[in-house]
Amino acid sequence: MKKTINILVSLVMVAGLVSCNNGDNKKQSKGQGGLATNAAEKVYVAPGEHDDYYAFFSGGYSGNLTVYGLPSGRMFKEIPVFSQFPTSGYGYSEETLPMFNTSFGFVPWDDSHHPDISQTNGKLDGRWIFINGNNTPRIARIDLETFETVEIIELPNSAGNHSSSFITENTEYVVAGTRFSVPVPQRDMPIKDYKGNFKGALSFVSVDQETGRMGIKFQLMMPGFNYDLSHPGRDKSHGWFFFTTYNTEEANTLMEVNSSQNDKDFIAAVNWKVIEEYVNNGGGTKMPANYAHNVYDHNTHMATSTMEKEVLTVDPTKVPGAVFFLPTPKSPHGCDVDPTGEYIIGNGKLSADLTVHSFTKMIDAIENKKFDGEAYGIPILKFEDVLAGTVKQPGLGPLHTEFDGKGNAYTTFFISSEVVKWKLGTWEVLDRQPVFYSVGHGMIPGGNSREPFGKYFVAMNKITKDRYLPTGPELEHSAQLFDISGDKMELLLDFPTHGEPHYAAGIAADILKKNAKQFYKLSENTNPYATLSEADARVERKGNEVHIYMTTIRSHFTPDNIEGVKVGDKVFFHITNHEQDFDVPHGFAMIGANNAELLIMPGQTKTLVWEPKQVGVWPFYCTDFCSALHQEMQGYVRVSPANSNMELSWSLGED
Amino acid sequence: MKKAGIIMIIGSLLLLGLFKFPLWNIMLGAPQYPDPLGMDIYIQGIQGVEEFDIQNIDGLNHYIGMKTIPKVEDMWEFEVFPIVIGIMVALGVIIGLLGFLGKLSYKWFLGWFLVMSILGIMGMYDFNLWLIDYGTDLDPKAIMKLENPDGTPMTYKPPLLGYQKMLNFDVDSWPGAGAYMIFVGMMLTVVAFFVGKKEYNKIEK
Repeated sequence: MKKTINILVSLVMVAGLVSCNNGDNKKQSKGQGGLATNAAEKVYVAPGEHDDYYAFFSGGYSGNLTVYGLPSGRMFKEIPVFSQFPTSGYGYSEETLPMFNTSFGFVPWDDSHHPDISQTNGKLDGRWIFINGNNTPRIARIDLETFETVEIIELPNSAGNHSSSFITENTEYVVAGTRFSVPVPQRDMPIKDYKGNFKGALSFVSVDQETGRMGIKFQLMMPGFNYDLSHPGRDKSHGWFFFTTYNTEEANTLMEVNSSQNDKDFIAAVNWKVIEEYVNNGGGTKMPANYAHNVYDHNTHMATSTMEKEVLTVDPTKVPGAVFFLPTPKSPHGCDVDPTGEYIIGNGKLSADLTVHSFTKMIDAIENKKFDGEAYGIPILKFEDVLAGTVKQPGLGPLHTEFDGKGNAYTTFFISSEVVKWKLGTWEVLDRQPVFYSVGHGMIPGGNSREPFGKYFVAMNKITKDRYLPTGPELEHSAQLFDISGDKMELLLDFPTHGEPHYAAGIAADILKKNAKQFYKLSENTNPYATLSEADARVERKGNEVHIYMTTIRSHFTPDNIEGVKVGDKVFFHITNHEQDFDVPHGFAMIGANNAELLIMPGQTKTLVWEPKQVGVWPFYCTDFCSALHQEMQGYVRVSPANSNMELSWSLGED
Repeated sequence: MKKAGIIMIIGSLLLLGLFKFPLWNIMLGAPQYPDPLGMDIYIQGIQGVEEFDIQNIDGLNHYIGMKTIPKVEDMWEFEVFPIVIGIMVALGVIIGLLGFLGKLSYKWFLGWFLVMSILGIMGMYDFNLWLIDYGTDLDPKAIMKLENPDGTPMTYKPPLLGYQKMLNFDVDSWPGAGAYMIFVGMMLTVVAFFVGKKEYNKIEK
């Protein structure tokens, strides 16, 4: 017994030594990498200069989208999308409350995953960026002139909108697939009766090319698998969409075991053009639904929410040639299509190999009806017939693959914590680089298009540990930037990312920056509560509602003395920022407000509600350092008792 | 005197450029204004180089108590200058035409030039007076009352011509395209005078 313990102890010590050595090696290699190759110079963007690329990182559980520059890794903005954002008042101001409306009521948070930038002819055009809300299924559209969320559409019959929000190569559709299959329509039923009874909806959301306005064109009601990720076909495979699945076992409990039993799950290949035609010819079944469609307008500076009551569903077995299953090993996660549209990569996350399907072979197999049975009436193609090749033993836990447009693919490996570069067609591994630690998705700017900008690869790591100065148990996630312009990948930079990026989308800065809006024109402000001249600033009472029509300009509020408000009133501060210059927002904060502040951009109107509960004279002030007299930008509201006869009065600059 | 008459007509017509192009331009740049604010001074009024520059210059000027930049109705000059220029163009064309037809002495060309020069100098003088007034007649309740090192109140007259550092601003004041067009036009009328003289002398001989 004692001997065994001794052996164990020495084994532990040896392990310790080995791991220490490993640690040293790693640290050395980090340092040398930088010194040997001038990595610092490659990421240095001199003061006042601009980055070459915008990178939009999903916020994961922050619910938002963050904007970074590459190669510097500097963060420029957090765009609030699915989460209330007290910093600007998004989701608190009266104008933006409707953005959070859903069939479940007001949902102030979500889990944002996969941003995708709009395309024309398979190239990034920089009009909009879309992102999915995973928890309460939604898709948001963000305007890339204003970098603001302008539309959110809810997805009925879905739960866990994970395989989203990927777009087709002319932005015809943005896609949503349900990660959790659910009863459709929802009903009270035993969970154990899942198998065969639940449905997996794949939603095709059309995008108006002029306005960007989204609408659910149809929902494909698929078998009750879990639809994990998806990608559009492009170029030659344009017209198809590919979805990875897991839990083809249709297990409903202890999923980590029970949904990992099948040797192969499927990639569902969906010919959306065929379904589109079917639907345009009157196919499909309209079913009652209830989902919110929220739209924000940059002239009224207001959002409106509409509840949609119907959705068109399509039974895939009713549309010949619409859907096929491609067997793919072991719970594939990423489902990635190379820039030519030929290769469909299934990243079987529990497999040691990477499976690559051939689009040409798939079409051939479909034409020759080489089926290997069917699942719920959907033909299954033979694995061997569609297989283009296998990347043998590239690493452990492949998650996601991006492309550089030069015939190379870059796959992230979560378990072995590395990025592997391999060659499309020959399937040989060309290079591998460790990442710190456990990479999820990777991103090459434009990597989701026909024409990637193959200069950088960003690894979005899930585990941070010791990469930065410690900040207690909770850490930001860590991204790593690689230069991929040479034969070997070269690590250039670590930078922290906010929330948990599940994916990112990058685009050449030149495409976006020339369109970025500097401010809203006051003359185009059509908000019904806007105050377009200081002379119109006023206070009105409607029962117990008090509407304060207020303006801001450096550096005063008009009016700044308000009397006649009473305890029990509901006070609306409708504030219009009269500045017409770049980067001169004014903030508005009211003591005791139970919501947030407002940050009002030049030319914008925003409204904050305040319900005074105590008699007194209460100050408000500007929160954004607007000028040398910012500190003086303040005012008072006098609150009288509920039964007071105090008349409303307001003023500015009167002694 | 055909050539001289044509040159005279062209020269005086060039003044019409003032109706389209600014006479003067003042640019204000500062560290926090990487894209400088600017005003273009036309004979019919003052406009921002960019759409909201005037509003933003006024916004800045209110700190030091300067008046807002005058609108068309605030200054008689914007009514009178276009009329004066219009009359001078008409006169120049008539003189040129009569010269062309040989019904008028070339000396009239110089006469026109002298009148125009006097008017121009008067205009500049008036403009400078306005700049002085604008830069020195400050609101006694101004937010910031700054003093020069010698204790006198600081004033903010922009330079009539050239560059000046004013507080955090780099101020550049230079003639605009319209001014260059008058200059060339007026020079042409002088040329017309000499050409006319030469042509006249030829005929005399």
